[in-house]
Amino acid sequence: MAEPILELRGVNKSFGPVHVLHDVDLHIYPGEVTALVGDNGAGKSTLVKCLAGIYSIDSGEVLFEGKPVHIHGPAEAAALGIEIVYQDLALCDNLDIVQNMFLGRELHSRFGALDEGTMERKARETLASLSVRTVKSVRQLVASLSGGQRQTVAIAKAVLWNSRVVFLDEPTAALGVAQTRQVLDLVRRLADAGLGVGLISHNMNDVMEVSDHVAALYLGRMAAEVPSGQTSVSQVVELITTGRSGDIGLSTAAANASM
Amino acid sequence: MTDPNLTTPAADVAATSAQSTAAVDFANDIGPRNIGESFRLYTQRVRGGEVGALPAVAGVVILAIIFYSANSLFLSKSNFANFLTQAAPIAVLAMGSIFVLLMGEIDLSIGTASGVCAATMALGVTRNGDLNAALGTPTYLALLLLLVVAIGITARYRLWIATGVIVLGGIFIVTKLTQHAPAAIFVSIAVGVAIGSLIGFLVAHVGIPSFIVTLALFLAWQGVLLKFIGQGAAISTQRVDLINKIENENLSATTGWVLWVVAVGIYSAYTIGRSLQRRRAKLTGEPIDLVVLRALLIAVVTGIAIYVLNENRGRTVFAKLQGVPYVVPIIFILLVVGTIVLAKTRYGRYVYAVGGNTEAARRAGIDVKRIRLSVFVIASAMAGVAGVIGASRQGGVPSDFGSHTDQLYAVGAAVIGGTSLFGGRGKVRDGVIGALVIAMIPNGLGLKNLGSSYEFMITGLVLLLAASVDAISRRRTATS
Repeated sequence: MAEPILELRGVNKSFGPVHVLHDVDLHIYPGEVTALVGDNGAGKSTLVKCLAGIYSIDSGEVLFEGKPVHIHGPAEAAALGIEIVYQDLALCDNLDIVQNMFLGRELHSRFGALDEGTMERKARETLASLSVRTVKSVRQLVASLSGGQRQTVAIAKAVLWNSRVVFLDEPTAALGVAQTRQVLDLVRRLADAGLGVGLISHNMNDVMEVSDHVAALYLGRMAAEVPSGQTSVSQVVELITTGRSGDIGLSTAAANASM
Repeated sequence: MTDPNLTTPAADVAATSAQSTAAVDFANDIGPRNIGESFRLYTQRVRGGEVGALPAVAGVVILAIIFYSANSLFLSKSNFANFLTQAAPIAVLAMGSIFVLLMGEIDLSIGTASGVCAATMALGVTRNGDLNAALGTPTYLALLLLLVVAIGITARYRLWIATGVIVLGGIFIVTKLTQHAPAAIFVSIAVGVAIGSLIGFLVAHVGIPSFIVTLALFLAWQGVLLKFIGQGAAISTQRVDLINKIENENLSATTGWVLWVVAVGIYSAYTIGRSLQRRRAKLTGEPIDLVVLRALLIAVVTGIAIYVLNENRGRTVFAKLQGVPYVVPIIFILLVVGTIVLAKTRYGRYVYAVGGNTEAARRAGIDVKRIRLSVFVIASAMAGVAGVIGASRQGGVPSDFGSHTDQLYAVGAAVIGGTSLFGGRGKVRDGVIGALVIAMIPNGLGLKNLGSSYEFMITGLVLLLAASVDAISRRRTATS
């Protein structure tokens, strides 16, 4: 198996007295989708925010392409090529697709003016490379887009910067059937393009369909990382709800200690 | 890219499953093809609630017709020039307010702040630049303290241009250079910048709602203005040529036409060039016929205005009075600079982003506090400019300068012009168009000899109407 592009070893994170992440290990492989599952409060979002540089980790190691890295802010995460697509998408309704995709990283011409032409072209190329067909014009205001289109724009924004690892926080949570289909196809295409994809989802059908690995968090501990092909929905649900399933998962002592 | 056979198998599946989807290479994504199509898109947008400056333009036309039918003097040459000079201070305040409104904030203190700025300038030029003697040492030291604090704030937030302006203004004050009109005018703006950074700090850093901060400062600056002016009723600036000229003297007819040719020429060349270039590059752009028509329309309207202003409007045969008032090109330059800043720079993009979705802006790595702080600096700097223009118009700085209706008129002008009170939507030009509407009301009523009672009531109603249009259009865009 290929080397993981992003690896976490024994990561701990506390907010005051609340120990949110306990010795969490996680592996994200290039070209594969790793589903990150867990019940509400299991620590999925905290984990992602640590990788995004929004939170700093208390202890443990983060390895990017095998080398230890310290991520101190969103800019450093972005510089490494780690992008997060948040659940609330973080798009500005009053800006168009191009403006949103380049927000915070606008291109300039020589005289300090925005280089709209190049940005527009690159936005189109990125959307085209993801085979996005649902968006009519890249100069549409985001306010006029549907939920699925917004998700598409948010994902395209994440891959615009030659990113290596993309985390998607519940990308299909608010979508209808057809739009869920489009977004899942898009997630798969991201991995096929060689990116490491982390998919946070509560929807077991989505998880089983697109992921190559499932990583289940239980009350801040990594219960198990298993290949999707060697597990079943019921086993994953068991891991999420009890932290163990058969002979995989946390030891009884560890599971109880987390309670 | 343009070869349709190059699409991936996955894309083919998506294409067959979803009908009426766009081509994957966006080859057709070049915006409206011709003027008819852009007109259809525009009416679509208006129906969808994005009315833009339409109500304001309609307001200008309707009010002009009403007032003209009431008194034909309304469209006379002298009243036209008069009307422009009346609108000027409101337009400047409104252009500044737009930056604050884009952030979803409000600044109610710009009127009285402009009084403080203007008083500092007027004291400088009339008292040989010796502000220490003019203000009394405690007040003088308090003014310097404000500047020092503002330097600290702007430096902390890396607003270096603001820091530079305040430092230079402080040097002018301390070295008594404010006895010279250019330095005094600069100090008016510098004091505005300092005031703005204080407001911005209280709003963006401390986290007090801007409504409260600026309402409190609206009162406080009135007191400061009284303190500055002292016993006198007003500080006259009529004998200071540079200040007096702005609102009371005119460009020569030739200069007016030369400026018109240059401005219209640059505008047409730029917009037409951009349209052609974008079409060639297959980017979204405006159709060339629309651009040409708009440039022509602007050339004709401004040409008529300049022609009328260049006619002799003197009341006697002896005094010839003609030309474009100096304040008009000043407003025009502020409008152009403001528009470029908002539309063409990274800073402007961030102002819209923070106003549209603060959280998204923060995650995109934008220093949200810095942007939020900076818009108050711009608004109060513009208040400093408006103070200079207002002093020119009133011939000095009375003790109630800017305390009546100016800030509400300015905010009103911005909203009437199409800037949203909810943030994220608006353009600098809205302030100018809105100011024309707002200034027309007292002007027209004055000709009819209807007193202030009607002026306040009608202006209030117009403001409410504009705010309603804004709220309703926001609801429509949210649901559509």
